[in-house]
Amino acid sequence: MTWLGRLLHGRRLEAKLDAELRDHIERAVADKIRAGRNPAQARREALLQLGGLEGLKEECREARGTVWLESLARDLRFAARTLRLSPAFTVAAICTLALGIGANTAIFGLLDAVRLRSLPVQHPGQLVQIVIPEKNGWGVSQNENTLSYALWQQLHDHHRPFSGVLAWTDRDVPIGDITRMRRVRASLVTSNFFHTLGVQPAAGRLFRDDTCDAGVVLGYGFWQTEYGGSSSAVGRRIVIDNIPMEIIGVSAPGFHGLEVEHQFDVAAPICWLRTMQPTNDWFTRSDLSWLTVLARRAPGWSIEQANDYLRAISPGLMQATIPTGYSTQVLSQYRAFRLQAKPAANGISRLRTRYSSSLYLLLGVTGLVLLIACANLANLMLARASARQREFALRLAIGASGRRLIQQSLCESLLLAATGAVLGAALARLLSMSILAFLNNADDPLTLAVGVDWRVLAFIAGVAIACCVLFGLAPALRASRMDPGDTIRSGGRGLTAAHARFSFQRALVVVQVSVSLVLVVGALLFVRSFRNLLTLDPGFRSKGVLLATIDLSHAHAREKTVLDEIRGMPRIDSVATTTNFVVTGGMWHLGVHAGAVLNSSAFTWVSPGHFATLDMPLLAGRDFTDRDRNVAIVNQAFVRRFFGDANPIGRTFRTITEPNYPATDYQIIGVVKDTRYFDLHSPIEAMAYAPQTSNDDYMLAYIRSSAPLGSIISEVRERLSRLHPGIAVELHPFRQQIDISLTRDRLMAALSGFFGALAVILAAVGLYGVIAYIAVRRQNELGIRMALGATRSEVIALVMKDAALLVGAGAFIGTVCAAALASTAASLLFGLRPRDPITYIAAIAVLAAVAVLGAWIPAHRASRLDPMTALRCD
Amino acid sequence: MDAPNTDLPQGTLDLLILQVAALGPVHGYAIAQRIQQISRDALRVQQGSLYPALHRLENKGFLTADWKESETGREAKFYKLTAKGRRQLQSETENWRRVAEAVGLILRLADEDAAS
Repeated sequence: MTWLGRLLHGRRLEAKLDAELRDHIERAVADKIRAGRNPAQARREALLQLGGLEGLKEECREARGTVWLESLARDLRFAARTLRLSPAFTVAAICTLALGIGANTAIFGLLDAVRLRSLPVQHPGQLVQIVIPEKNGWGVSQNENTLSYALWQQLHDHHRPFSGVLAWTDRDVPIGDITRMRRVRASLVTSNFFHTLGVQPAAGRLFRDDTCDAGVVLGYGFWQTEYGGSSSAVGRRIVIDNIPMEIIGVSAPGFHGLEVEHQFDVAAPICWLRTMQPTNDWFTRSDLSWLTVLARRAPGWSIEQANDYLRAISPGLMQATIPTGYSTQVLSQYRAFRLQAKPAANGISRLRTRYSSSLYLLLGVTGLVLLIACANLANLMLARASARQREFALRLAIGASGRRLIQQSLCESLLLAATGAVLGAALARLLSMSILAFLNNADDPLTLAVGVDWRVLAFIAGVAIACCVLFGLAPALRASRMDPGDTIRSGGRGLTAAHARFSFQRALVVVQVSVSLVLVVGALLFVRSFRNLLTLDPGFRSKGVLLATIDLSHAHAREKTVLDEIRGMPRIDSVATTTNFVVTGGMWHLGVHAGAVLNSSAFTWVSPGHFATLDMPLLAGRDFTDRDRNVAIVNQAFVRRFFGDANPIGRTFRTITEPNYPATDYQIIGVVKDTRYFDLHSPIEAMAYAPQTSNDDYMLAYIRSSAPLGSIISEVRERLSRLHPGIAVELHPFRQQIDISLTRDRLMAALSGFFGALAVILAAVGLYGVIAYIAVRRQNELGIRMALGATRSEVIALVMKDAALLVGAGAFIGTVCAAALASTAASLLFGLRPRDPITYIAAIAVLAAVAVLGAWIPAHRASRLDPMTALRCD
Repeated sequence: MDAPNTDLPQGTLDLLILQVAALGPVHGYAIAQRIQQISRDALRVQQGSLYPALHRLENKGFLTADWKESETGREAKFYKLTAKGRRQLQSETENWRRVAEAVGLILRLADEDAAS
């Protein structure tokens, strides 16, 4: 019979063993009777000869080779039974474990998707991104890591360390004809994009490396939803931005593009766009950076070698792509730029840059919560183990090995940890979905593949095992290391509290309290920071204001006409146009020369009524009129930077020349109050407002109304679409957009607040458990004290003093740790320093209050004990 | 006078069991009796070590067991030598003979030394 067979038929084999040995004994007895003994003597002799029957059976069992597994199974069943018998403990333990493990797994899964996973392309380790680190805000850039088309061409020609240099950018483009127009995400790519990455087509073919294809490639997901995955899609025509293009193929499933949290619907070749519009600024001007450039390292080239090469050719490349229309000073800045290669195996991710530090911090938070939960469980299980001390001592005395006892104790914790892990894995999916929903918004839908892959599963298993060891080992070791004689003799209790015996549990509680304090401090910091942001007076009004983005290019309408139409609608209070929306839009800087001061300022061009629409008070001077030219209204920061305390009204300043922005003189006619502009978190910038010249392609407007915004949105959209077919109107409530910019802070506040509260509750429960346990153990002592005349309040004070010592020690350690750790989160806080004393005092107060409650209940119960019962009980 | 030491050296019990089983299917009690019998009472099997050894040999595949009706009318477990067991018996016997010969040579040498 094989080993597996012996395992499964254990019971049958036992019966057979028993029969075999009994048969032997019968034969021996029969023989001895034949030899002349009487039956009783014969039986006794036969049994003696055979030896200890149970020991023999044990040896035969061991010969089977399945004993350890059978004992493990038995222990697990026993553990399950004991857990079932104390449902409150079991449910509480599994819930805290599931929550802790689930939260950790969810955040780890997000981190994994955003930070750790490689791109689904060939040899992602060879991919690098080429950037200019010191570029900052030079020229016009889509983001700080983009390069110009001219630079990409140069790199394409001088690509010795790389087997391929590709570039891409993402755009939202309208597809379909006028009547069915909607927007999809398009990736504009160089023709070697797919070839260099090593992506295969799912249908048709992909862009060819050497020639320029006049067609588009569909993304796999788009192909499935739009064309049902049918191969007849290849060769059909699709209208993109009013230009019919042929579909030449579909990219592989699982390839979503190079940006981690977005996926592309169609990919169009840049070269083809260039042949259509060769004189477009985006191709000719080297101060416009809009391409993300990636390259694959050639075999034999390391990143350092590639960087050396890039550093060597940078001066030549910069000189070859030098832009026109700038001063020599600005141009020397450009010449000093150096190209650098960064590893890009994990793709590009804006989520990563914005949220990665928050996610790591949250991972730390959830890890700490799990630690507290495990400490709680350790204390509880130690208490349970102590109650079974006599049983363990007896078993040790009979002959059980210490290893066996440890195995049995660990089985209980293994069951708890395993159940908690399984539930936690299910919870994790729910949690990460909700976090993603939190981060998502309609404008910028995220498609993050937060699946359960082997790395996440390994993480869960590792955490579960760590938990099991953390809270299961201590009771198990204690169980096996007792001296059985002492325990049985003393009846399992002492007359006075043996402080040494409790020291481990007390240490655990101190650890719990200090970790809780750290978490509460963190939670309070983030919640207060978020509240600061919410209640911040940004200097402008956002309630009741809509942001309108209107694309006029296909509608043949004039900006002025549309503006008047909107103004004429009922229930609209005021409308104003601008070139940049506050907080949610970009920023435009120009160099400014005012008197003796040479510096820069942000610029926005607005229509008259802009300040009134946004409730930005004019502190001096007047607003623009329709006839104003070459005048400006500046904010207080501008005045401080260029004019100090002097009155700026009537003074002029000159802008420094730039392509498309020749040097202009502006006369200051008004001063407006400072506002937050680019980001609520950033400090206030110098800002100059100038009258806007008409733009008949594209229009950004603020629309203010006291009516419900939802109805205004549909009214405006309906009216404009009726009057100007082909117009594209996007309307969002201003307040909503601002809230979106605060998402990260809201996420940190919500999650850290939740976990902080959870930590406090867990610490309180832990404290309650330990104090209750200690009080029960000290029952005899307390009974004696009461019999000798101690009052009830004195007994309470005695127990509370114990608790106060623990909480005090924990609070002290916690404060020190929190102060040390808080500085790591400094960049995420707004409006308060990480060592803000009020927060710490508040945290200690919260913890103390909860701890007092947790300790008072058992103290009170201990004091109401009848001294006689206390003395008598065992 | 003390009884001559007839405890079996370690590891030889397996060999003897296999040899006895080679003579035909046999149950545990009979093996013990037969070893005693054939060795003319010089060997007395420690009965307590017999059954663990039998089970070990069965698990290793040298013996197979069958529950058959025995002469007493009850069912008994009969052990039989397998082909694998037969091979093992052969090699172990060879080993034993070689070791016994070598030990004998050394002892004879020691005897001659002592005599001279």
